[in-house]
Amino acid sequence: MSEQSLNAPGQPKRRLFVEIFLGAGVAASLASFLYPVLRYIFPPETAEATSDTVLAGRVGDLKPNTGKIFRFGSRPALLILTPDGQYSAISAVCTHLNCTVQYRSDLRSVWCACHNGMYTPDGRNISGPPPRPLDKYDVFLKGEEIYVRRQGNA
Amino acid sequence: MDVLGTVRKWLDERIGLHGLVEFMEHKKVPQHRYSHWYFFGGMTLFLFGVQVLTGILLLLYYRPSPNEAYESVEYIMTQVRFGWLIRSIHSWSANLMILTASVHMFSVFFLKAYRKPRELTWLSGMLLLFLLLGFGFSGYLLPWNTLSFFATKVGTDIAGQVPVIGKWISVFLRGGEDVTGATLTRFFGFHVAVLPGIATALVALHVLLVQRFGMSVPPSVEAEWEARPSERREMRFFPNFLLRELMAWYVALAILGGLAAFKPWELGTKADAFASAPPGIRPEWYFMFMFQTLKMIPPKIWIFDGELLGVLGFNAAFVVWVLLPFFDRGPGGRAQRWVTGAGVFALGYVVVMTVYAYFAK
Repeated sequence: MSEQSLNAPGQPKRRLFVEIFLGAGVAASLASFLYPVLRYIFPPETAEATSDTVLAGRVGDLKPNTGKIFRFGSRPALLILTPDGQYSAISAVCTHLNCTVQYRSDLRSVWCACHNGMYTPDGRNISGPPPRPLDKYDVFLKGEEIYVRRQGNA
Repeated sequence: MDVLGTVRKWLDERIGLHGLVEFMEHKKVPQHRYSHWYFFGGMTLFLFGVQVLTGILLLLYYRPSPNEAYESVEYIMTQVRFGWLIRSIHSWSANLMILTASVHMFSVFFLKAYRKPRELTWLSGMLLLFLLLGFGFSGYLLPWNTLSFFATKVGTDIAGQVPVIGKWISVFLRGGEDVTGATLTRFFGFHVAVLPGIATALVALHVLLVQRFGMSVPPSVEAEWEARPSERREMRFFPNFLLRELMAWYVALAILGGLAAFKPWELGTKADAFASAPPGIRPEWYFMFMFQTLKMIPPKIWIFDGELLGVLGFNAAFVVWVLLPFFDRGPGGRAQRWVTGAGVFALGYVVVMTVYAYFAK
C-alpha cells in the first residue's frame, strides 16, 4: 500500500529520467565511436609546396609556338613560348573540371581535351565550358634558366 | 540405399528440405506477352555472380599502388595464363551488367511493376543501380591508366561541385586535394570491400522482396485477365521458369565470352599526373549522356555557374526518378500519364544524348 503510493505518481517521472539518461548515454558512446572514425576518414592536410618559385626549364627547351608541362609543387603547370617569342606560364589544371590542358600549336591556344575548353596562351578562357581563367605565373630568366613564380610573391 | 538419397534424408530430417522443394514447386510466374522482360533482372544477378568470381581471381595478382597497379594488370594480361580472359570478362561483364540493369529498370518502369506494394523493391533496385555505377567508377581507376586517371579527376571534381558539402565529398573520395596514389588505395577499398558488402546485402533484400510479392503483372494484362479469367496463364517457377532463366544466362555468357575473346579489354597507357589529357578522351558509354550535357552547357546561365546548374539538375532528376512511383496515383489518372511521359522523356534524352555524343566532335 505504502509502496504503491510512493511509486504510482512518481513512475512516469522515473521512467522519463531513466530514458533520458539511457538515451544520452547511448548517444554519447555512439558519438565517441563515430567521431574518431569521421576524423580518420578525412586525410591530414598536407603542407602546400613551400617554394613559390620553381625552375620550369632552360632557354632552348622550347621552340616558338610550343608549350610544355612542368611541375609546380604537386600540380602540373604549362610553360609556353608564344610565336612572337614571349614566355608565358600558367596553371595547367583546367578551371572547368580539373583535367590537364595542353598548348595547341595549330590553334595557337591552350586546349583541354576533356570537354573542349579553350584559353589564350596567357590563360584567359575564350570558349567552351571553363568558367574562369587559368592561374597566371610570373616568368623570369636567370642566365639560361627559366624560373616561374606565383604572382603576388615578389 | 544410394548415397545421395541418404544425404538427402539426413538433411531433410534436420532442416526440412522437402519444405523448400515444395515451395519451389508451388511458386508460380505469370505468363503473358511481356514475360520476357522478367529475364533481365535474373541476367543482372548472373553477371553480378560473374563479377564476384572474376574479381576474386583478379585479386590474386592485382596490387593497389600507383607504382605497381598498371604493371600488375599488365602482368595479369600478358604473363598469367588466361589472365587476359579473366580481366576482359570482368570489364565486359561490368558493362553488360549496367546495360541489363538499365533495361531491367526501364522495363519495370514502363510495365509499372513499381506500384504498391512494390515501392521498396523499386527503391532497393535503384540503390543497387547507383551502387553499380559506383562499382564502375571505382573499378575504372584501378588499372591506373591515363583514361581512368582523368575520368577520376573529372568525376570527383563534379562531386566537389555540390554546394556546401562538395569539398568534403571530393576530399573524402580522393583521399586528399588531388587524385593521387591515395585515391587509388581508397577506390580499391571501396571497390573490393565496401561496395560488395553493401551490394550483397541489398541484392538479398531485393530478391527477398521480389519473392515476397511475386512477379508483377502489368496493368493492361491484369485488366484483360480480369475481363476474361480463362486467359490467365502461369508457369511453375521450378523447373519451367528457372530453366528458361538458365537459357537467358547462357545467352549472356555467350555474348560475354564472345566479347572477351574477340574484343579483349584494352589497358591503355600508364597514368602520368604531369601529362596533358590526351585528345579524344571520354568516359564510359553509360556516363556519356551526362558528359555530353556538361560539354554543351554554357559556362554562365544568367548569374549562375552553368556547370553547377548541370550537376544539380542531374542530381534533382535522379531524385525525382527514384521517387516517381510515389507520384503514380493508379491507372487512368492524370498523374500516371505524367509519370509515363517523364519515363519516355528520360529514356529519349539518355538515348539521344548518348548517340549524339558519339557523333559530335
